[in-house]
Amino acid sequence: MGTVATYGMRKAFGEVQALDGVDLEVPDGAFFVVLGPSGAGKTTTLRAIAGLERLDAGSVHLDGRDVTGETPGARDLAMVFQNYALYPRHTVFENIASPLRVRRDPAGEIAAAVDEVARLLHIERLLERRPAQLSGGEMQRVALARALVRRPHAFLMDEPLTNLDLKLRVEMRTELSRIHRRLGRTFVYVTNDQVEAMSMADQVAVLKDGKVRQVGTSAEVYERPVDRWVASFVGSPRISLLACHVDDDRLVGSQGWSLPRPRGTTAEPGRPLLLGLRAEDVSVERRGEATVEGEVFGLEPLGDHTLVDVKVGTETLTVKARPTVAGRPGERLSVTVDLDRAHLFDAGTGLALSGAGR
Amino acid sequence: MAGIEITSLHMRYPDGTVAVEEVDLSVRDGELFVMLGPSGCGKTTTLRAVAGLERQTSGTIRIGDTPVDDLPPGERDIAMVFQFYALYPHLKARDNVAFPLRAEGLPEAEVRRRVEDAARMLQLGPLMGRRPQRLSGGEQQRVALARALVRRPRAFLMDEPLTNLDAEQRTDMRAEIKHLQRELGATMVYVTHDQVEAMSLGHRIAILNKGRVEQVGTPMEVYDRPASLFCAAFIGSPPMNLVDVEVADGALRGPGGIALPVPSGLPDGRPLVAGVRPEALEVTAPGTDGAVRGRVASVEALGDETIYVVECEGEHDVRVRMPPTARFAADAPVGVRHVGGPPPVYDRDTERLVA
Repeated sequence: MGTVATYGMRKAFGEVQALDGVDLEVPDGAFFVVLGPSGAGKTTTLRAIAGLERLDAGSVHLDGRDVTGETPGARDLAMVFQNYALYPRHTVFENIASPLRVRRDPAGEIAAAVDEVARLLHIERLLERRPAQLSGGEMQRVALARALVRRPHAFLMDEPLTNLDLKLRVEMRTELSRIHRRLGRTFVYVTNDQVEAMSMADQVAVLKDGKVRQVGTSAEVYERPVDRWVASFVGSPRISLLACHVDDDRLVGSQGWSLPRPRGTTAEPGRPLLLGLRAEDVSVERRGEATVEGEVFGLEPLGDHTLVDVKVGTETLTVKARPTVAGRPGERLSVTVDLDRAHLFDAGTGLALSGAGR
Repeated sequence: MAGIEITSLHMRYPDGTVAVEEVDLSVRDGELFVMLGPSGCGKTTTLRAVAGLERQTSGTIRIGDTPVDDLPPGERDIAMVFQFYALYPHLKARDNVAFPLRAEGLPEAEVRRRVEDAARMLQLGPLMGRRPQRLSGGEQQRVALARALVRRPRAFLMDEPLTNLDAEQRTDMRAEIKHLQRELGATMVYVTHDQVEAMSLGHRIAILNKGRVEQVGTPMEVYDRPASLFCAAFIGSPPMNLVDVEVADGALRGPGGIALPVPSGLPDGRPLVAGVRPEALEVTAPGTDGAVRGRVASVEALGDETIYVVECEGEHDVRVRMPPTARFAADAPVGVRHVGGPPPVYDRDTERLVA
């Protein structure tokens, strides 16, 4: 078993409330990602779980056992940081073996455990090298191997891929998913990179200002964000938000546009709302009934698709289009909106309106 | 504004380190030109040579019609924006922007007019009275941009100006810089290691590697036909699948025997690598016509798309871009097939594009 739970975790550093009541329930064997911008409290959350941070209030539970008062060593968790912190004078083998040596495991068992984990991470041929002879990606694998070799209760990872270049990061993402499935152990993984979070997580907890805003699968937080903030943080390009209100059976934009009211919208007339549109749910190529007029502000070719920024009055609507899309800045055009996939938020509270959108 | 000509630039430091092997670049007047490459590729050194902050070992640089090799930075009439904003902390934003003009001794009325113009362009209005520590990173970078702008230089040189901003501010500033460049018709040389930034900003991109230019082209040119394996691995997220291929019975065969369309002009008897974009592959039910067998190694659900990593026979991973509606589970047996036109093909030894 390897469940991790936190209840009402609070922690202040001086005037900064780093954790403001963090509740998390990580199921056994989950790849659980804590996602948030810098300063959200992600690392503090992880350190509190590890026992490296003393809480002002709240508790940490491993397999239902309250470990809040226990030392890091007693919690049997392995931590992987963005800085590899390998011993420079030791070989890769010795680096990986070090947690087992501390535990005074028999030499034969140590060798077998190191070999096994080295095979899992494809670093068998590096075992005799020293850290200075390794690339960044290899060092990260060794750091990971050192964490894995102990077979702890759960793994805590603090942005371990941050210092790698893009290509390696993409590869290591796949590698981590694979390792996770093979080990079947609980991973709690902290990152500010929403692509990383979405691509690996069984469940994502979105954190902001020391509070959990939403927990769900990648698809849930992307398709049913609980508020405008989660909607903006998750997804690239960022969701476009247009100010509007309901008027009878229409949705009327502050910039003069008017769309049929999305099905099931319950907002009272005149209440200030935000229409949230993902770039793939609007089109300058498809034709449809629901359209918004605007002018091209800029094109961003990204290879497999091109983003078209459309100015609608003073607001901007980002549209995902085919790579071959044409359009000159200043050109007028009409954007077709898929209202079944639109989001509506209360402009004041930022909360998603129930019944709207998907 | 003016174009920039860099001819046979070579840069060797006294300790023997070669920062720039050989760089020839021609930046057009009014162009947003991006130099893209990993750290250590020579892009920043090249930019600093243009600015006059480094003296090249050999080669020449012209800005407009003027050879500038012997001119100090101050006389090259260019403005540089760095990743660190380098604002004066004790001066308000307005005075930071005005600083270079006052240093030049421009009349105060002219200073004020130019500062107001720049503030309007970058929508700095209410921020102009604040000191840097009361501005966010994005705001500080906009002030730094305004300060570069007011001098009305012949060209702007930008060294990873967005690196220290968070993702949201970065996207905003990217649009801002692009817009500004168009408004001013400015010549801009922009250095970055971020391929998304390069693709979305640049009229043309130069990809640098180990002090040499690997390719110059429009974003779509470098995306569709990377000139070398290095460029192929550097552009696109996730990048191209670079797969060993063999020509057999008039077909190109990739990992697990997957069939790829054959480009014309394939050389004979060379070891070849094909560059297959993730969107040129498709995950299918196992046993589908034309598909090879594989197993899903990981599913990366990104919201607007899903990236499948499929392990084909022989432990080859390929990455496949699919719409979010595709539903294949991790570890599921699947098929993979190629869709669309012939992929670019590279010589495995020379690493250059051959077909």
